[in-house]
Amino acid sequence: MKPTRLNECGNWILDRFPVTKFWNEHMAHYYAPKNFNFWYFFGSLALLVLVNQIITGILLTMNYKPDAKLAFDSIEYIMRDVPWGWLVRYMHSTGASAFFIVIYLHMFRGIMYGSFKHPRELIWIFGMLLFVALMAEAFMGYLLPWGQMSYWGAQVIISLFSAIPVIGEDLSLWIRGDYVIADATLNRFFAFHVIAVPLVLVMLVFMHIVALHEVGSNNPDGIEIKESKDPWGHPVDGIPFHPYYTVKDIVGVAVFLLFFATVIFYMPEMGGYFLEHANFIPADPMKTPEHIAPVWYFTPFYSILRAIPDKFAGVIAMGSSIFLLFLLPWLDRCKVKSIRYRGGIFKKALLLFVVSFMALGYLGTQPVTPVATTLARLFTTIYFGFFLLMPIYTRWEKTKPVPKSLTRLHSLEEQLHTLEEQLPALIDEITELKPVVTEIGHPAFKSSFFNRRPNPEGMMKVISRLAKKAKGSLD
Amino acid sequence: MKNLIALLLLLTLSFGVVASEGVELQEANIDLSDNDSLQRGAKHFVTYCLGCHSAKHMRYLRIALDVGVDQKKMLKDIAPEGASIYDQLHSAMNKHDAEKWFGTQPPDLSLIARSRGADWLYTYLKSYYIEPGSPRGVNNLVFEDTAMPNPLWQLQGEQHAQPRKTIWGEYTKLVLEEPGTLSEREFDLFVNDLVNFLVYVGEPVQLERQRIGKYVIFFLLMFLVIAYLLKKEYWKDVH
Repeated sequence: MKPTRLNECGNWILDRFPVTKFWNEHMAHYYAPKNFNFWYFFGSLALLVLVNQIITGILLTMNYKPDAKLAFDSIEYIMRDVPWGWLVRYMHSTGASAFFIVIYLHMFRGIMYGSFKHPRELIWIFGMLLFVALMAEAFMGYLLPWGQMSYWGAQVIISLFSAIPVIGEDLSLWIRGDYVIADATLNRFFAFHVIAVPLVLVMLVFMHIVALHEVGSNNPDGIEIKESKDPWGHPVDGIPFHPYYTVKDIVGVAVFLLFFATVIFYMPEMGGYFLEHANFIPADPMKTPEHIAPVWYFTPFYSILRAIPDKFAGVIAMGSSIFLLFLLPWLDRCKVKSIRYRGGIFKKALLLFVVSFMALGYLGTQPVTPVATTLARLFTTIYFGFFLLMPIYTRWEKTKPVPKSLTRLHSLEEQLHTLEEQLPALIDEITELKPVVTEIGHPAFKSSFFNRRPNPEGMMKVISRLAKKAKGSLD
Repeated sequence: MKNLIALLLLLTLSFGVVASEGVELQEANIDLSDNDSLQRGAKHFVTYCLGCHSAKHMRYLRIALDVGVDQKKMLKDIAPEGASIYDQLHSAMNKHDAEKWFGTQPPDLSLIARSRGADWLYTYLKSYYIEPGSPRGVNNLVFEDTAMPNPLWQLQGEQHAQPRKTIWGEYTKLVLEEPGTLSEREFDLFVNDLVNFLVYVGEPVQLERQRIGKYVIFFLLMFLVIAYLLKKEYWKDVH
């Protein structure tokens, strides 16, 4: 067939620019394990949210004014007078919270299936750098609406730097550009938020993905699929990322967008967690709010800061609570990656860690009371215990044998199907049939039928079976 | 085990005490699709609030369009004299005078419903009572020592605070001693219309956003079905 003009044009570019090579290397010929489950959606979702933040962010800068006198009003101008401005702004504000939800789940996946372990340590490091950059991006972005919480939240966090001995005061002055948070601070935070940190984020995402595609993806079984290859050199347990995972991730995207749209259109403030009520009052340097709480995604770390009585020690504790995550590949001494084949002690430790992380997050949104402080100290101890004791408890871990190739778990559909089959038996077990005889009016109409009543004994049996199963899964 | 239960009880109780501090708020009946209520609320706002408080993020034109009032009627019946339809709801009082008279500048009310909440505003406006000897002669149960005198006293009448004791503790009850020009029920409706309007002003796009949301979610559901079928088709041979 004679090539058409259009094909020739295309080939002219392909001869000079390696689009095909790039596409094949990272999509069509990149082999990913077949058994990715629910937890593997969040990487691609994080990329989606990043793109959302960049696009809506660019649109917002077209009407936002980084000026202490105008910032607050310009946001209300976007919300009311700019066509579709409210939608863009809500997409950006909801996107910020969604970013952290997705990233926390993505990180939890990594810890659960050992994705940070040899040979993927560098992917984890890049990911952690991304997390820190994301926190900086979110923190600086939160100042821009110039509301009371923006202002006082930033005031509290930047004053933390002044706790550093000797250079502290000068350092916080240098960061703020003024003695308090002021116009100078707003301007530099705007610069960092819209260009400096996003550039770093995009570069780190690129490195994160390149590093991943060099060593290959981990999977819920935690085995290396590259170790068993077919005669053509492809991993037996792998499938090309495109089209298999692209179509699968689109399903994840659709589900995510359903939640995302529900929040944007029906609960953009999310009860004061995504947009804090006090941030609808313009920043006032003369009025300190009674209760200063950071946005929800910072509250676990804020709780750790408040749990330590000394300010400087608190800053160190907060910093190390994040720094310890960087060291995870070297703190965990267990050779087995996936939680499926790891010992009970790791499962219990991880459960405690998740509980304490969420509890710290909740406590960080609440005002300080003696009880809350005691609880925060308890959970802070557990948080640090998880990391600092890890070299010890992972060493004696009794692991289970790891399979040579991927195991196949039942898909959601199959699970639903078995559940449907078991349901009648389950209902029979937790209920009992009691004959009921009614005598209404004439004895000729006397009838008897069976009435289903809850059976406490059967319920206890089912509950204890479930409890045993839950306990068994922790061993 | 008993000790554990006692400890848990103590914990929940101590949280409960923290939560129950302050006055219990009365529930405002917010209905943004009630254009009559919003129109009355706008009228009340201009008559009783705009003298001191602005709502500078709002324009008369936007209100007219959203609550279904003719622009001419808006200028004649609702907006203050001399206002143009494109004007924002600015107050006539200047900053300097305000500070001299009240010790503080009355806040702009564009976003007050978003920072305080409808129930708080509703209860606040109904909770003034006579306190002889205080700078303004009145105080408020919800917002103690508020700088704002009761703007609605003629309508509501004069309330007095009476301490009451129950087994649950002490609380203050407000008793209407001198009735105003409105009956109690009429006054409740009056405040409710005003708060309804403030909730609308806080985010004028609310109804529009909820209307569009239905279509977006319907589209996404369809998209999900198609995406799922596509995935199933691609994956049917993968074992």
